[in-house]
Amino acid sequence: MNIHEYQAKALFEKFGVPVPRGAAATSAAELDTALASLPEGPTMVKSQIHAGGRGKGTFTDGFKGGVKFCKTKADAREIAGKMLNNTLVTIQTGPAGRKVQTIYFTVASEIKKEYYLAILLDRATSRPVIVASTEGGVEIEKVAHDTPEKITKVFVDPAYGLADFQVRELVASLGFAGAEAKNAAKLIRNLYTCYWETDAAMVEVNPLITTPAGEVLALDAKVSFDDNALFRHPELVALRDLNEEDPKEIEASKYSLSYIALDGNIACLVNGAGLAMSTMDIIKHYGGTPANFLDVGGGASKDQVIAAFKIILGDPNVKGILVNIFGGIMDCNVIATGIVAAVKEVGLSLPLVVRLEGNNVAAGKATLAASGLALVSGDTMADAAQKIVKLVA
Amino acid sequence: MSILITPATKILIQGITGEFGARHTRLSLDYGTQVVAGVTPGKGGQWFEHGTHRVPIFNSVADAARATGATVSAIFVPPPFAADAILEGADAGLELAVAITEGIPIRDMVRVKRAMQGGSTRLVGPNCPGLVTPGTGKDSFGGCRIGIAPGYIHKKGHVGVVSRSGTLTYEAVYQLTVKNIGQSTCVGIGGDPVNGTSHLDVIKLFNADPETHGMILIGEIGGTAEVEAARWIKANCQKPVAGFIAGATAPAGRRMGHAGAIVGGEEDTAAAKIAVFRECGIEVAATPSDLADALLRAAKARGVTLS
Repeated sequence: MNIHEYQAKALFEKFGVPVPRGAAATSAAELDTALASLPEGPTMVKSQIHAGGRGKGTFTDGFKGGVKFCKTKADAREIAGKMLNNTLVTIQTGPAGRKVQTIYFTVASEIKKEYYLAILLDRATSRPVIVASTEGGVEIEKVAHDTPEKITKVFVDPAYGLADFQVRELVASLGFAGAEAKNAAKLIRNLYTCYWETDAAMVEVNPLITTPAGEVLALDAKVSFDDNALFRHPELVALRDLNEEDPKEIEASKYSLSYIALDGNIACLVNGAGLAMSTMDIIKHYGGTPANFLDVGGGASKDQVIAAFKIILGDPNVKGILVNIFGGIMDCNVIATGIVAAVKEVGLSLPLVVRLEGNNVAAGKATLAASGLALVSGDTMADAAQKIVKLVA
Repeated sequence: MSILITPATKILIQGITGEFGARHTRLSLDYGTQVVAGVTPGKGGQWFEHGTHRVPIFNSVADAARATGATVSAIFVPPPFAADAILEGADAGLELAVAITEGIPIRDMVRVKRAMQGGSTRLVGPNCPGLVTPGTGKDSFGGCRIGIAPGYIHKKGHVGVVSRSGTLTYEAVYQLTVKNIGQSTCVGIGGDPVNGTSHLDVIKLFNADPETHGMILIGEIGGTAEVEAARWIKANCQKPVAGFIAGATAPAGRRMGHAGAIVGGEEDTAAAKIAVFRECGIEVAATPSDLADALLRAAKARGVTLS
């Protein structure tokens, strides 16, 4: 689960990670009260969407920049008015963009130098890794590729936690001394506590900055949480912004379906994540384009199949459907009955190819054949994929 | 032979009285697996009954192992309590703990993995279908089935299968069986980013097993575990290996069902992994439908008989 920058910064403050003063607003009236709570002077206006590249983004009405520096609060108010409820397109949003429903104002900090700091899971060691670099405010992937020596990684032993010597190593690698070193050490330790205590998947500060006054601040904040751990953090679940999620994905999650919309025209309905991914792959392999990832899980009940069909058909790009089920334990005939009921209920008119394999498959295929539905049966994944690609071509 | 488990392996089920655990305990009993004990705290002294089978239930893993000689556990405990269940199995000195549970918090697994480091218990999973060593009876009856895989699709033989995904494993196994090619052991290592046993761990076991003549290695996008396994195969393994990577069409940054299946960097994409497979002499299956044929091609090239 992702959260907005303003929410992440509120979390940082709770854990003692210093951030610039700021205030969020979701309506024209709130823009005024939010600004009134901040001191007069240079102010940043930041669109709050769950996507990167905001600063270089363009709004659909042509207004450029989702993050702006303003010399005065009056300027900030005017700019914020143009951003609020406008749709911002960035490299990460796709061409449709995202509607900006929250504006975050912050006091514009005087920047002495920018750094990079992040904490996430290192899969190879199964330990948290703290990544730090003197190259902040730029794409860290580019730094890692071009100048890997400028990146320091510290792996934390979960049995002991973050050790003092590791904090000193990070602080030294960033070249801090004196008051800055002391402030940075405290910030790193508190950021790690925030990461660990909230079951975060990642916390990223880019840039981390120093000011001429010797402060060390998180100028930006990107935080995501491990979905599996949300059950023990109701206060974090409350931060979920459904406006940032695809309505079809929200609907799917109500039926325990794992659905992700893609931009192709062949929808697929599969049991199992690995099989669902490779069903998308095989559609592509035979020259088609998948419209979605959809894993109905191990159960695939009739209600789930009906819900899945409705979600799939809610995508206007879909021109055909491929159902690929390997019924290991479950009875293929139960699944076939569910498919027939679902197709009749939603009144499907698009080409449908069904590939069933596994337990009691003969009865399942007989049920499909006797249904009178205009569906095509596929014997193997390859056969089914070739058939649906041909039907939508 | 086989790896990790044999038809004689005595297993216990943690979470035997839950709906999910009970259902698969019945299927394992039907398959002829030696399920000798169940564990549900507070229900010790009761029995799990299925047909003619009566399986004693214990309050703790230690009690169950001591009383029945079980050496392997299948864990069906719900996510909030699963980490504790794994540690209990390790503390009881089991040889193998197989965590089927899906949805365990990553932080819990980070701690569990560290706690088990240096210990004698191997963990497979979590979020995995488990293991099957097929038996010699009809539909491979008499084998050892730990977890949720369909037992009947297997056939006793000489191919080792290792995979992160459940249904994709079944797809490969089914193709092999239809072609009359049996399996030594099939291992689902699970789709989570932090797991107990890696592709490489299983490949090493298959390589050392004289009864395993060839292997199928099924991976996904995310992480670099498949690459690590492939490089080891190139340097150390003479047996034919076929491979497949799911997720070539998955967009970057989106989690595809499995928590571990997410593309983050340059080297964890399907294309990057497939390139390493090729470089390491692994016969790459173009689609999942090609898995058994890919292994046959690899076996032919090395003059190895699989059946």
